[in-house]
Parts: sequence; structure tokens; C-alpha cells
Amino acid sequence: MSDTKDKEAANAYWKTNVRIILWSLVIWALVSFGFGILLRPMLSGIAVGGTDLGFWFAQQGSILVFLALIFFYAWRMNKLDAEHGVGEE
Amino acid sequence: MDQFTINLLFVGASFAVYIGIAVWARAGSTSEFYAAGRGIHPVTNGMATAADWMSAASFISMAGLIAFTGYDNSSFLMGWTGGYVLLALLLAPYLRKFGKFTVSEFIGDRFYSPTARLVAVICLIVASLTYVIGQMTGVGVAFGRFLEVSNTAGLLIGACVVFAYAVFGGMKGVTYTQVAQYVVLITAYTIPAVFISLQLTGNPIPALGLFGEHAASGEPLLAKLDQIVRELGFNEYTAHHGDTLNMVLFTLSLMIGTAGLPHVIMRFFTVPRVADARWSAGWALVFIALLYLTAPAVGAMARLNISELMWPNGTDAQAVSVEQIETDPKYDWMATWQKTGLLGWEDKNGDGRIQYYNDANAEMQAKAAEEGWEGNELTNFNRDILVLANPEIANLPGWVIGLVAAGGIAAALSTAAGLLLAISSAVSHDLIKGRFNPAISEKGELMSARVAMAAAIVVASYLGLNPPGFAAQTVALAFGIAAASLFPVLMMGIFTKVNNKGAVAGMLTGLTVTLVYIFLHKGWFFIPDTNSFTDADPLLGTIKSTSFGAVGAMINFAVAFTVSKMTAPIPKEIEELVESVRVPKGAAAAAADH
Repeated sequence: MSDTKDKEAANAYWKTNVRIILWSLVIWALVSFGFGILLRPMLSGIAVGGTDLGFWFAQQGSILVFLALIFFYAWRMNKLDAEHGVGEE
Repeated sequence: MDQFTINLLFVGASFAVYIGIAVWARAGSTSEFYAAGRGIHPVTNGMATAADWMSAASFISMAGLIAFTGYDNSSFLMGWTGGYVLLALLLAPYLRKFGKFTVSEFIGDRFYSPTARLVAVICLIVASLTYVIGQMTGVGVAFGRFLEVSNTAGLLIGACVVFAYAVFGGMKGVTYTQVAQYVVLITAYTIPAVFISLQLTGNPIPALGLFGEHAASGEPLLAKLDQIVRELGFNEYTAHHGDTLNMVLFTLSLMIGTAGLPHVIMRFFTVPRVADARWSAGWALVFIALLYLTAPAVGAMARLNISELMWPNGTDAQAVSVEQIETDPKYDWMATWQKTGLLGWEDKNGDGRIQYYNDANAEMQAKAAEEGWEGNELTNFNRDILVLANPEIANLPGWVIGLVAAGGIAAALSTAAGLLLAISSAVSHDLIKGRFNPAISEKGELMSARVAMAAAIVVASYLGLNPPGFAAQTVALAFGIAAASLFPVLMMGIFTKVNNKGAVAGMLTGLTVTLVYIFLHKGWFFIPDTNSFTDADPLLGTIKSTSFGAVGAMINFAVAFTVSKMTAPIPKEIEELVESVRVPKGAAAAAADH
């Protein structure tokens, strides 16, 4: 009985995890492949320090967003672990 | 004190620290040797990961790659950092939960297949070995330039130091040495960059200076740089010139490759808990970003400095004279680096001046005909000298040069040690214990791990001294293998129920297709002149061989899913294994079982 309950909890936990990962990866791709490369021509009107926003994303902005994403994910997942009772200890 | 003594002091002091750590952090068990007893704090591990990851390529080459190409080489910046997002979200926490010692062990257990484990071991060894050759030659070059010993002697001294802490300390010794090496390399990278940024923009933070104002002209730095390189007939620095599809695929290949490189993944086995693995990936990227946010500033500022040195009175006036290069102390670095053969100039038209411009540009050719120039006279500028020569180019004090010498050596040594550890644990844990002698005792395995490490150092030193033709193709090869074979199979092992046959088929096809594509462009087994295509005119549209890893990964996924659908589903115990890997609960128990 508690086994199936554990399983259901684990399934719900996993589904939420996959959803968080997918959204994070959307942002990951948007700032690098999007703003940094493919959408750069569209952003060319926004000037940043002698060049445009796309250049900034390609050389600095994407790295800063990557950092924010990893820390957000760690914080969010540690919270999720506790909510579903699947954390360590 | 002369420059040689200063360099010797800095490098000697850093080596004394590494040896001290070797004495203090000896490994007493296999768990300590392979995973530092799983007791490393996530921030400490993040710092060690950063040193492990940032190789001679990041420290020495990357800023040069960006300086001479500009925006188009942003791929390196995004690729080599974006991979950490994949690592943190898709691999690190689950592989830590699994709680074993090597990447190939996970592949073997999850796909209940000794064949899968063996293929993974071969991929791991080939990728790590090619990668380590470049590090060993890098150590030799840095020694040769700064300490006036031969490259061979430099390489051997470096190998002995790695031997001292890697053979006795294993992962434990390597981890703490990497922390020290990180401190040395980041200081060495940042200090000259801060000085140069202050000189050019007045801003002490290089990353902000890059988007700041060029103090001498009052214009934005990047606008000024664009203007100068345009006037010399080069591509505008901030503009996009290359092919967009290739840039996307190259960036993606570097990201996937980064996440799939075993020497990086195994660092996450050393932290105590799953939650720590998640935090630790973030800390690793913090420490990496400190260098990666500075690198594009170093590149742009060095390009500006060099252009202005060659045209001291502006591009409309006369170029720098040969006499000035030979006598003005500001140009001393040119003579120093000319001796290494990495920098060269030649007064082709005999006017006593060195004209630096793009002689392939039609407009510049017209101007040259008018002015009586006979081609670009800065004939050789090796990109790799940019970071090492930067303090001299910017006229910084001698101790900064000594620091950069120690930093370059630290970057190469820390990566070499991580790679050697990946190779030796694959040999002792996957091959000796996993395949040939499963009954081996803990003590016997620890001994065999040490012997494997010593052997790996000998092989790597030999290859570093006699680099095979493919040494320069490391990036294509190591990242191609990691992206096309290891990353997809690890991800499918966690996120899907792909079976043993699917995994083996996917790994082999992804790997084969990628290797064939690289060989078609770079020559079979990198033997010159055996290639049928070139990266200038690739087989598939605009996709260069260095960008093919991402395509190989997609092929790997597709084949694995198809084959898996057509064959028997995974057994119940493997299904339970997948489910247990997905939740953090019980990570400590999983480690203790082992």
C-alpha cells in the first residue's frame, strides 16, 4: 500500500521536475541561440556600449542567464524534494 | 631582480604549494582515490571543477580566438558555459544519486550490458587521451618561454609534479590541488586584464570596460575597435560574418560535448548529497564565469592595443618604423616573441616601416598600390601568444608576467590531472575490476589505480613530447566523441526507458558517423591529404566537421529510440534502478552499499 503511494509521489515529483527542466531549457536556448545568434538582427536596434544587445548576449548576457538558471533550478528542486518528501535525510 | 628570477619564484612557489597538498591529502581507500571519499563541499568542488574544466585552451587560446575573429567566435563563450546548464539539469544530480565511481560504470549498469560499458570506456579513454596531449604540450611551451628550459625538460618537470599529487592523492589530492590552481590561474588572468582595462577605459572591471568608453578617443570601445579594424581592411569586430547554421550547431556541439566530458562529470561524484551536486554545478559556473566574462574583454582590448601599436599615429598616418620596434621599450615584447617563432614581421617593400593590414581585401589592395605597400608585413601572429604576451604588450610590471607564467602552467596541469584521473579510474575500475578480475581486493584495486595513473602519466608525457598529427584537432575529436556518444546515452539512461540494444546501437552509430565526418574533412586518422572535403567547403551544406557533434548526438538519439522500440523492453530491476536514480532519497545509502 505504502509502496504504490510512494510510487505515485515519485511520479508526480518527476513530472514537475521535467516541466521545470523544459522551461529552463527554453530560456537557455532563447538567450544563447535566440538573442545571441538567430534573433540578433531583430535586436540590432537596441544599442549597448558601442554595439547591440545581441552581441552583449552572445559574449556576456547568456553566461549570466545560465548562472541564474542553474541556481534557480537548485533552489527550486531542493524545495520540490522537501514538498514531495523525496529529499535526503 | 631580472624577469627570469621573478618567473622562477612565482612558478616555484606555486609548485611548492601543489607538492605540499600532495603530502597532506593522501588517499587511503578506493573511495578516496576515485571520489575523494564523497566529502567535498559543493563550493570547493565548484572551484576544483572550474580548474579541471579550464584548460590551456581556455586560459591561453580563447581570448586570442575571440580577438582575431570577434563576434563569430562567441560560440566558445556560450558553448563552454552553456554546457553546465545541461550538466546541472540533466546529468549531475542523477549520476551522483547513482553513487558509483565512473561514467562508464553507470552506462554498463543502467543498460545491463558489458558491451555498452566497454564502448563507453573506449570513448572515455580516446576523448581524454587526445585532450591530455594538448595540456602536456601546453605545460612544455609555458615552461620553455618563461623559464628558459627546453620544452622537453618543462614537460617532464610538469609530469613529475602531477605524479606526486595524482598518484598518491587520487581524486582527493587532485581536488585540493585544483582549488589552489584555480586561485593561481584566476588571479593571473584577472590582474593583467584589470590593468589593461584601466589603461584603455578607466574601468577596473574588464567585463564592464568592454562595453564602456575608450578613454583616449571618448568613443565607445567597441565602436572604436570596429572603426580601426575596418580601416585596416579586416572584418568588423562586432558584426556577424560566418554562417548562421554552422554557428548554431558549433555552439550546440560545444555545449553537449562539455556536458558529456567524463573528467568533468566525475567531479560531481565527490560531493556528499544530490542537492550538493545541483549547487556545485552553479558554483562551478560562477568560478568559470569569472574568467569567461573577462576573456572577451581581454580579446577586444588586446586587438585594439596591437592595432594601435602598429599604427601609433592612427591609420591615416605612417605605420610604425622598424627602428622604433627595435629600440622603443614599448616594442620589446615583439623581439621576445619573435625568438619563439610565434611572431614575425618583414619589411617587404623596404620602406623601413611595418604595415599591418588585410592584404586579401580588394579596397586595401588598391590603397596599398597607391602607397607602395607590398602586402601585410606583420607576417605571423600566433593567436596563442596573445594572453601570454598581453602583460608585456600593455607594458605591465615584471611580477605580472611571472604570475601569468604560473597561471598558464596551473591551467594546463589542473586539467591534465583531471583527465589522467578519468583515464586511470576507467582502467582500474571498469577494465581491471569490472572485466578481468572482479574478485580483486580493495587494496589491490587501489594499487592498480595508482599503477594505472602512473602509466597514464607516462603515456601522456610520451605523446606530449611526440605529438601525433591529430594533437591540434583535439577540440573536434574530444568534443565530437563526448557529444555524439556519451552525452545522449547518459541522458537516455536517466530520462527514458531505452534498452541495452538501443543504447549500444545509438552510441556506435553516433560515434561512427561523427568520426567519419571528421575524418572526411581532416583526413583519415588525421593523416594529411587523405581528406575528401575541407571545412571551407564541407560535405553537408555549411556544417563544418567541428560542428558535427550535435548532429551525431541527434543520430544517436534517433537510432537508440528506433532500435529500443523494436527490441525487448528493459527488465523490472532496471526499471527500478531508473526510478531510484530519479529521486534524491537514499543517496547516502547508495554510496555506502558500494
